[in-house]
Amino acid sequence: MSDLLTIKGLSLSIHGAPILRDVSLTVGAGQIVGVIGESGSGKSMTAFSVMQLLPRGARTQGRITLDGQEILDLPERDLCALRGETVGMIFQEPMTALNPLKTIGDQVAETIMIHENTSRRAAMMRAREALARAELPEEKFALTRYPHELSGGQRQRVVIAMAIALRPKLLIADEPTTALDVTTQAEILKLLKRLVREDGMGLLLISHDLAVVADMADHIVIMRRGEVVEDGPCPAIFGALKHPYSLALLKASDHSPAYSGRPSQAPLLELRAVVRDYPTRSGGIWGKAGSFRAVDNVSFTIRRGENLGLVGESGCGKSTLTRAILGLEAVQGGEILLDGAPVMQNGRASRDIRRRMQVVFQDPYGSFNPRHRVARLICEPYHLLADPPKGAARRAAITEALEAVGMQASDADKYIHEFSGGQRQRIAIARALIIKPDLIILDEAVSALDVSVRAQVLDLLADLSARFGLTYLFISHDLSVVRNVCDRVLVMQHGKIVEQGETAEIFGAPRQDYTRRLMEAAPRLPKAAGE
Amino acid sequence: MSDLPANAAPAAASAPSLMRRALANRALVLGLVLTVFFTGMALISLIWVPYDITQMHIADKLHRPEAAHILGTDHFGRDIFSMIMVGARTSIAVALVAVGIGMGLGVPLGLWAAARKGSLIDELIMRGNDLVFAFPSLLIAIIITAIFGASALNAIIAIGIFNIPVFARLTRSGALSLWTRDYVLAARVAGKGAARISVEHILPNVTNLLIVQGTIQFSLGILAEAGLSYVGLGAQPPVPSWGRMLADSQTMISFAPHLAIFPGLAILFTVLGLNLLGDGLRDLFDPRLRRGRE
Repeated sequence: MSDLLTIKGLSLSIHGAPILRDVSLTVGAGQIVGVIGESGSGKSMTAFSVMQLLPRGARTQGRITLDGQEILDLPERDLCALRGETVGMIFQEPMTALNPLKTIGDQVAETIMIHENTSRRAAMMRAREALARAELPEEKFALTRYPHELSGGQRQRVVIAMAIALRPKLLIADEPTTALDVTTQAEILKLLKRLVREDGMGLLLISHDLAVVADMADHIVIMRRGEVVEDGPCPAIFGALKHPYSLALLKASDHSPAYSGRPSQAPLLELRAVVRDYPTRSGGIWGKAGSFRAVDNVSFTIRRGENLGLVGESGCGKSTLTRAILGLEAVQGGEILLDGAPVMQNGRASRDIRRRMQVVFQDPYGSFNPRHRVARLICEPYHLLADPPKGAARRAAITEALEAVGMQASDADKYIHEFSGGQRQRIAIARALIIKPDLIILDEAVSALDVSVRAQVLDLLADLSARFGLTYLFISHDLSVVRNVCDRVLVMQHGKIVEQGETAEIFGAPRQDYTRRLMEAAPRLPKAAGE
Repeated sequence: MSDLPANAAPAAASAPSLMRRALANRALVLGLVLTVFFTGMALISLIWVPYDITQMHIADKLHRPEAAHILGTDHFGRDIFSMIMVGARTSIAVALVAVGIGMGLGVPLGLWAAARKGSLIDELIMRGNDLVFAFPSLLIAIIITAIFGASALNAIIAIGIFNIPVFARLTRSGALSLWTRDYVLAARVAGKGAARISVEHILPNVTNLLIVQGTIQFSLGILAEAGLSYVGLGAQPPVPSWGRMLADSQTMISFAPHLAIFPGLAILFTVLGLNLLGDGLRDLFDPRLRRGRE
């Protein structure tokens, strides 16, 4: 097999700061090469180097040979011709990768018209064909549709159609499925694999998710801090990992924190036939009022000390249910009881009940007001207390909460932008912890974290659970986390709980089709050597 | 914790370099210099002016710029430089109070509308804004002066009313995107009400927008005051005003052009200075523009 892309001894620095050091890898025609690394490992910068789409102030050394051409020597004009024509690229966020004001047909045709001197009509013909190959047949998805009329997975197919329209020799996919649900992810990965095989394209697949890459790639490159740590053919490499970082990464990807103590039988949170309707309106304030049932007759119980997982894809009603449990929105039917007492009384959320529940959100970057110091941020739940601690007692509580999550007391005077994603998520847990709640809802709380950081946070949660007698409700689309952490699992679809039971039972023998589909879609990780 | 490379400590380094970045922006520096110059003139006029502008010296009328009167004298023999100094006071005071009225009422209305998005109160506030926007500020001023009479105070009120919807809309649109943030949700979980969240979490994060819009409205206020005074609806004699100086000079423009040129230049440079300042501040605070410049 001839090498399509060869990167040899590539070093990159931006404004003098070293980003990549001596990176070498090759992609052959028809080969899928997976590049794995955590944030800051330089995996995306490697891809951008191939496209020469680097930020200002970037200096590269080494060689990048693509299809016999030395990329680093090419002038910008030739590089423009190369991008899109020889190399296609797929980005992570399908919501922002498309221009919302142009139809999908126009966007795909545009790529063709930039590179080839064809008529609009001919370009549209090709666009139609490209979209069909990306499994968006014209009969169902007219070329005149706009991006907002499509789901996330369908938009990603449009992005793929744009990338393959000119039949490039190399496709670069930077976290192509990270923003998608598991079942959609499985479909997109299958599509990419098919296209690669059909066209004999090379695919450089960049991901933080070891399992995704393991399922797809012929060859794997593991990166860390701008260097290639280890590489080898897949799946054989998983049996022969040598570098301690690779082994740690593999272990962290399937991390199972140790929980001590059995949950009691006493119910903590009870939902009885909860219904949540949203009013919908078409055509402004005088339009016709309708309603949409986001949560439909949901009943379940969380026992004290238990970890309950709530699994479902986006739009299934998980977030709505969370807001209802937290008493942020009134329910239209049924009741929510914490320790036997209703969360909502006379249309208002009871402060005494609310005090016993806290929440940690997914996005560590959006969860904090950037203008406040950490001390003020984590004291926010004190608003629920009639008589919050002041002065020295407050200071002591802040220190205790920060130290409980492995941060330092001195961090209280810093602003949130001084912390990394993992540290922010610890601070979010400190904010939930400070008021000594019984129940913490973890709304995708570890989904945005790197695997090794995620493993640390999961361990922290297990430790805190034992120390403070906490009960967790894990809301997640990530089945591996739920499987390793939760005692029981609920599966939600279209606002209904379709299946619930012990974790081992659900994962071992799912009864519902939907559950089975979810399980099958989740990429699986090969075992490391010696396990 | 995570293994970020050395260059990834993003905003942490930005605080000490704010001053340096401000000085590197030439438009911002020029705007600041012009603004400080005219504000300084207005302040100095409170304690000292070269000539008393309420005294007429008919013998000295219509002097060209000369050593004794560096910008010349008008048809009553008053020193034009002194009048421009005192006029700066009027312009700045009117514009400042008008921006104050606009912010003072517009920002709370915008916060309120955003907090109750889609409700009747939101519709009322925003449609009320549309209504005010439908009238040019000059028309509002004429209506107000028709009812209450012409004075600097009424000019302030008229310009202020025109400013309200500007700030209300800006605040609402900024606030709406902030309301979807997780930290707002976290505050709601902490039991905080809409009013408290608006003050603690929304307002501090829209201040950048407000500062920038404030400087732009400030310059528009000076223009509006000049316009109103020009048509005789602003400050009344003997309170000097740049706009009225222009109006008074109109009939003499063929033989005493300096009467029109100097107040005109004063308006031009003040407005230019404030616009440059506003643009510079926006560049300074907008993180997206910041990254693009580095």
